[in-house]
Amino acid sequence: MRRRAVIGALYATPAAVLVVLFFVAPLLLVGWMSLHRWPLLGKPRVNAPDNYTAIGDNALLTTAAWFTLRYTVIITVLLFVIAFGLALLVQNRRKGVGFFRTAFFLPMAVGFASASLLFLGLLSEEIGPLPLADGSPALGSAVLLVLWRFAGFNMLILLTGLQAIPVDVYEAARIDGATRWQTFRRITVPLMRPTIALVLTMMVTGSLLAFDQFWILTRGGPDNSTTSLVMLIYREAFVRLDLGSAAGISVVLLVLLAVVSSVQLTVLRRRSA
Amino acid sequence: MKAMLAAVVLVLATACGADRSGAADDGTTLTLWTRAATEAVSKAYADAYNASHRNKIEVTAYPNEEYPAKLASAAGAKALPDLFAADVVFAPQYAAQGLWADVSEQFKSLPFKDSVAPSHVRAGTWEGHNFAVPHTIDLSVMLYNKDLYAKAGLDPEKPPRTLTEFTEHARKIDQLGGDVHGTYFGGNCGGCVEFTLWPSVWAAGGDVLDADGLSAKVDSPEMAAVFAVYRDLYDQGVASPASKGEAGPTWLGALQGGKVGIAPGPSVWLDAIEAKGVEVGVAPIPGITGGESTFVGGDAIGIGATSSKAEQAWDFLAWTMSDEAQVEVVAKRKGVPVRTDLAANKHSSADPRLVTVNGLVAKGKTPYARNFNATFNDPQGPWLTTVRGALFGDASAALMAGNEAITKSLRQE
Repeated sequence: MRRRAVIGALYATPAAVLVVLFFVAPLLLVGWMSLHRWPLLGKPRVNAPDNYTAIGDNALLTTAAWFTLRYTVIITVLLFVIAFGLALLVQNRRKGVGFFRTAFFLPMAVGFASASLLFLGLLSEEIGPLPLADGSPALGSAVLLVLWRFAGFNMLILLTGLQAIPVDVYEAARIDGATRWQTFRRITVPLMRPTIALVLTMMVTGSLLAFDQFWILTRGGPDNSTTSLVMLIYREAFVRLDLGSAAGISVVLLVLLAVVSSVQLTVLRRRSA
Repeated sequence: MKAMLAAVVLVLATACGADRSGAADDGTTLTLWTRAATEAVSKAYADAYNASHRNKIEVTAYPNEEYPAKLASAAGAKALPDLFAADVVFAPQYAAQGLWADVSEQFKSLPFKDSVAPSHVRAGTWEGHNFAVPHTIDLSVMLYNKDLYAKAGLDPEKPPRTLTEFTEHARKIDQLGGDVHGTYFGGNCGGCVEFTLWPSVWAAGGDVLDADGLSAKVDSPEMAAVFAVYRDLYDQGVASPASKGEAGPTWLGALQGGKVGIAPGPSVWLDAIEAKGVEVGVAPIPGITGGESTFVGGDAIGIGATSSKAEQAWDFLAWTMSDEAQVEVVAKRKGVPVRTDLAANKHSSADPRLVTVNGLVAKGKTPYARNFNATFNDPQGPWLTTVRGALFGDASAALMAGNEAITKSLRQE
């Protein structure tokens, strides 16, 4: 018995080491840093709770928080509708469906930063085939990019959820004379709840942590109108060179994310129970 | 004791003259980082040094916008290169953060230390210690298109001597019509605006910052008057409409197009613009009613604080400031020498425009503030918001609110 326990522990060790090394340790370090004045070189000194109290004083915070929220709502709604729509379109095995599944998923094969650069080139006034003049909707172009890049991936997850619903349930519904809409509302959606919960949580967390697309496409402009919360962290760390303050904002954002995700999962799971 | 001995040896070695390298030239390979904008100059220095020395400099360049983050992460990992250059306005911050090694002693021993561009040296100084020396100098000047001047009936040999004259010239050229515009500026780029507008404030005897870089004077009448000039030019369509969105990357391209009459810009673009077949005249940036000044920009360079090859690295730095390097590397490429005593040299005498430019180094300023980047150059900083308001929004409210926000940002620990 003891032997079995040891072997079990051994099997789990590689994963545990990786988690500690790349998740737990950095997490603790960020918490520790947020309590210090942490220069790039030289000795850190404790300044708690300055890094936290300074957050409220940050002039950019309100703009960035408001923008990030707005972006999260827009992306979550649009991305979910499009991804679910695509999943329903390619749900059943038909001729040519493989082609469309691949086509919808393909943008995922492009790295996100590369995809952002592609869009930057595409929309550039200087070299782009689809030039956007000054005053163009900066947010709109970023939303378009994210939809193009991530719709296929979310479609794939929703598709696995759809295909996990037993065919018998649909057959029973058909025999009972249910319409297409009734089948969707009363069978597909309820049985999909865990998958939908997963996808929505990933979309919300991903959007609250948005950085690459705005950093590359708009640099947070024009007039700070597309400055996200993570860009604020970047500015503290790499422009102001104040790692403690950057860590402080990161911790707050982390707590916020944990709360949002747990509320979201609880609500969505409870209804499915 | 050992460290002190090393310092003494170092001082002796450099005191013997920068051209004759002693023990510090022992065949060491040194890494040097620079931003893309400065790559050509850094490589020219390195090639000439490598050809005449046993040490070897390896230059790596990074994209301009990503460079500060690259340096910050390297510093955090205690893996800075042996030498690194940086935009001179960032120098006080890097010096304050201890990213460069202290070179006060070595610098003092240079025979020509008093003629090394004073505003650059000041920028690399923190609490009385020298951490960086000038690497390249880039000055803001008025660049004007001689062909358009002639077409508009202006004398191509008579550039404006006041900012008011500048607006008159720009208006006249703008009347040529078509896709020609009177002027152009980087209205969505904090760095571009400070570089090109502040000299007009200085020329009028005003200031934008106090000497310690802790208080802003953005709401001064001098600054407001200069903003008003550019604001009018934009409102009247004399400045190209693209000026409002210009964030920097397409600034040079706009001037290379040959459709802009006169615009303030970097002196180092002279060659790049002429390469496109545009004949360019150069003039100092004037104040509203006269006077002249310039923003002494460019890059400063120092020894990475984590480098173990400081002695060899200083051998290179001392050599870059020598007569040989400044005349045969910098002046030969039409660059501005980092030493005021070399402003007139055998290469500059061939092109009178270069004498104009070189002579400005002593008259110009390099603003000094520890939080310069976060306040003025970073697009999320308070300066760009102020600039946008002053040029395209409610000017007086923007300058008042901006002055407060900028001062607060300058003082932030």
